[in-house]
Amino acid sequence: MTRTTLFATLAGAVALGLTGLSAAAQSGEPIKVGEINHYKRLAAFAEPYKKGIELALEEINAEGGVMGRPLEFIFRDDQGDPGEAIKIAEELMTSEGTVMITGSILSNVGLAISSVAAEKGWVYLAAEPLADALTWSQGNPWTFRLRTSTYMQAAMLAEQAAKTDAVKYATIAPNYAYGKDAVAAFKEVLTKLKPEVEFVGEQWPALFKIDAGAEVQALERSKPDAIYNVTFGPDLAKFVREGTTRGLFEGRTVYGLLSGEPEYLEPLADEAPEGWVVTGYPWYDFTDKDGANKPFVDAYQARYKESPKLGSLVGYMTAETVAAAIEKAGSTESDAIRMAFEGLNVSTPVGEITFREIDNQATMGAFVGKTMLKDGAGVMTDWTYLNGADYLPSDEEVSKLRPAE
Amino acid sequence: MGLFIAQILTGLANAGALFMVASGLSLIFGVTRVVNFAHGSFYMLGAYVGYSLMQALPGVAGFWGAILLAGLIVGVIGVIVEICVLRPVYRAPELFQLVATFGVILVIQDLTLMIWGPQDLLGPRAPGLKGIIRIMGEPVPQYDIALIAITPFVAIGLWYLITRTRVGTLVRAATQDREMVGALGVNQSWLFTGVFFLGCALAGLGGALQLPKGGADLLMDFSILGAVFVVVVIGGMGSLPGAYLAAVIISILNVFGVTYAPQSTLVLMFVVMVVVLMIRPFGLLGKEEVAGEHGQTGEPERPIKPAGPRIRLLVTTLLVILALLPLYSGNFAVVLVTDIMIFCLFAASLHFMLGQGGLVSFGHAAFFGGGAYAAALLVTYASTPMELALVLAPVSAGLAAIVIGWVCLRSTGVYFAMLTLAFGQLLWSLAFQWGDVTGGDDGLVNIWPSAWASDNTVYYYLAFTLCVGGILLLRQAAHAPFGYALRAARDSTRQAEATGINTKRVQWVAFTFAGTMAGLAGGLFVFSKGSIFPNELETARSFDALIVVFLGGVKTLSGGWVGGAFFEGAKDYLTRFEYWRLTLGLLIIFVVILGPEGIVGSLRKAGERIGLLKTPEDAT
Repeated sequence: MTRTTLFATLAGAVALGLTGLSAAAQSGEPIKVGEINHYKRLAAFAEPYKKGIELALEEINAEGGVMGRPLEFIFRDDQGDPGEAIKIAEELMTSEGTVMITGSILSNVGLAISSVAAEKGWVYLAAEPLADALTWSQGNPWTFRLRTSTYMQAAMLAEQAAKTDAVKYATIAPNYAYGKDAVAAFKEVLTKLKPEVEFVGEQWPALFKIDAGAEVQALERSKPDAIYNVTFGPDLAKFVREGTTRGLFEGRTVYGLLSGEPEYLEPLADEAPEGWVVTGYPWYDFTDKDGANKPFVDAYQARYKESPKLGSLVGYMTAETVAAAIEKAGSTESDAIRMAFEGLNVSTPVGEITFREIDNQATMGAFVGKTMLKDGAGVMTDWTYLNGADYLPSDEEVSKLRPAE
Repeated sequence: MGLFIAQILTGLANAGALFMVASGLSLIFGVTRVVNFAHGSFYMLGAYVGYSLMQALPGVAGFWGAILLAGLIVGVIGVIVEICVLRPVYRAPELFQLVATFGVILVIQDLTLMIWGPQDLLGPRAPGLKGIIRIMGEPVPQYDIALIAITPFVAIGLWYLITRTRVGTLVRAATQDREMVGALGVNQSWLFTGVFFLGCALAGLGGALQLPKGGADLLMDFSILGAVFVVVVIGGMGSLPGAYLAAVIISILNVFGVTYAPQSTLVLMFVVMVVVLMIRPFGLLGKEEVAGEHGQTGEPERPIKPAGPRIRLLVTTLLVILALLPLYSGNFAVVLVTDIMIFCLFAASLHFMLGQGGLVSFGHAAFFGGGAYAAALLVTYASTPMELALVLAPVSAGLAAIVIGWVCLRSTGVYFAMLTLAFGQLLWSLAFQWGDVTGGDDGLVNIWPSAWASDNTVYYYLAFTLCVGGILLLRQAAHAPFGYALRAARDSTRQAEATGINTKRVQWVAFTFAGTMAGLAGGLFVFSKGSIFPNELETARSFDALIVVFLGGVKTLSGGWVGGAFFEGAKDYLTRFEYWRLTLGLLIIFVVILGPEGIVGSLRKAGERIGLLKTPEDAT
């Protein structure tokens, strides 16, 4: 080693020490990935997600990056506007030199990006959006979805509901596509498992404009045995408070889609409902028996001095997935990455997941459990992790749902 | 029967916060004529400030003290906003202030996020009022009863203040004729500030009072705005008893809507508003607006004339630069400028109606999104080729404008604006709710241009031709006899009628023409994006257009597209930064204060001062 290269290496090492990257990842230009999200409009969800990505990137780059090059995400705010997201996607892919796109929480923005990705031949990993349409009715070869879809999560709750004696169900869901999909999937699966169930009431509050008192009265009026809740965020808080005050939940089991996620449970603090059957993320309960779950939670808390949300996990898995796909592709060409995604296996904190060839949906599952109060905060108890692969319709049905490729 | 009574009580309780926020907006509008878009932001601030105070102050006294203090603090914030932002622009054209309040919304959003963080805050419960009481067997939360009891006290207090005190007399006098009040020696600016304090304090009070029924979150500023506007308009702008009545009616109807027609939650109040305004064009208890009240403040508008040689040269140069853009710049610049041109055509169409016709629309996105949806539906269900869809988009939007214009033009001024808002909302909810056809909020996707135009550069030239052509056509119409008739109808209906102009018909044609052009922009939009979602029909989209028209300059011919280009360009650049809303908000406020005549108006002034342009006096 000559003196100049030694100095260069030393200087490089110092610089790397400063940026927190290891030397191995520094050979070559960074591989850039475009990440489009609603960082302002849905800050409470997008920020933990971004932190999850950044944590994974630090780890990936410390271990040598991807194909020996550092992995980098470019974060852009789309204001929650689909048209804006498409414009940003165009900029990222054509002038920023990104190799693929990730992002979005809102389903409509996800669908917009998915549509432009298919038209232009860009790979899009829809990390958070839940809409079934993304992989089914509007599915296309260029779009892959990481998170457990609406249908899968609803099916998990329906399976739990089918085990009980409850026959009369009432539903409450925000009046938009996600709410409607969630109710339809729950009805479909539950009716299949238990044909005698009856749906006695359906409530459709406008998203984030719930009139909780009135909704609770209307639900009470239909006298259900059990309630299926899809509301979330501020709507959920209002619904829980009015429902508890007016005794709606007494003697009734409530099935809450996403209600156990820290994003929604934490703001409720000591008013979190007890005994709801929910999908969520019990990060506080992980032990060494839970595989890679605990190390992730520990690393996250050490890095940010705050507890992880479900979004943190999804963000972390997003970066891991991207790294695995590019590594497998061995190239940054769109077509190679797309091919690599088909049947891609990624080991993640929740275990190994596979991107199914049939519909580009990952087999990430969900934690299902019961809510209870512990030290003045809502937590999930008696939870299990259900594998997403077991809650998807048969291949035959899926291929009917998806447009021919 | 028990349920029925319980439902009415729920409605009455909901009416409380709504009434307080709405009465504040109504008061401010009545006296200052400012349509305060930021009123929802003050409501949100009330909730956040109240939350923090409740954490600090313990017990029953602390709880109620926190609510009162929250109102006072928000009132003071309102005063600061009034003095710093609105005072410099009272002399600007009618409604110009709403641009400033839009800037305030953005600033408050980012500041709230900075101070309180992104997490939703669950409001604390009222100490001593956590339980329920049973009325005929039905549970009714105690806090609801408290709200039902408090609201009439606030309402009566306000009523007393307005009708029985000297301050109230002055406020009422200012509502009717503020110049006369000024001439009689009343310090107007302090009167305005005082009213602003009261209005904002009421919004803050409303925000804090609803805490035990919900909490504080970052989306509540916009989520209440629609309902508040509806209540103010149904009640009659400036009428306090009207606001109370309307708040009660809307809240109670909503409760029954939730129970008996659960899917109606999106549109119910807008339907009620359209019905009320069809029967009573000035709201339930509103008075007919006094003629001349909408007279323009500030400098009278100049007669328009064809552009001089220098301006022509400037515009030609600009067009050449634009036409050659794909030759010297990257792909993204082409995409970005396509977006901006489409938005400029949309803004120019609103500008035509607003500037030339004096018709302030709060629902212009109905035609932009309507055109876009027409094209998208044709492609999806009839496999219509792009070329035909681009013709049918403006035609459909124009047809919609004929119908909507017929209803809305029965009213004038702010009531006209609110009717257009209601129709915009109705179309939005149609697209949103009719999922089987429109895809709901999952929208319609895969609507791409024909093969020959699918290249970004080719599409750029297509958009360039149609947008520039459209904007020139709008400009041409302003110079045509039709434009003269339209301005005559705007400036003096009576005189125009006397010269034989059918003012309503002229306005109706203008409304349709503007709608058609917006539909063309919408058609171009959908093919450039490949998809369409209900948010293109949202009120926020209408407001975007409205803001840029004022920002560009209402009393100029080119204000629409100049404002559009400025706003879209600034937004594209600023959203790359973390606190872009704060920056954009401050930029808007800055422009508003610096150039109350809008960008074009102020540039023209400056040009005349340094001798680059001729003043009208020279020309004659």
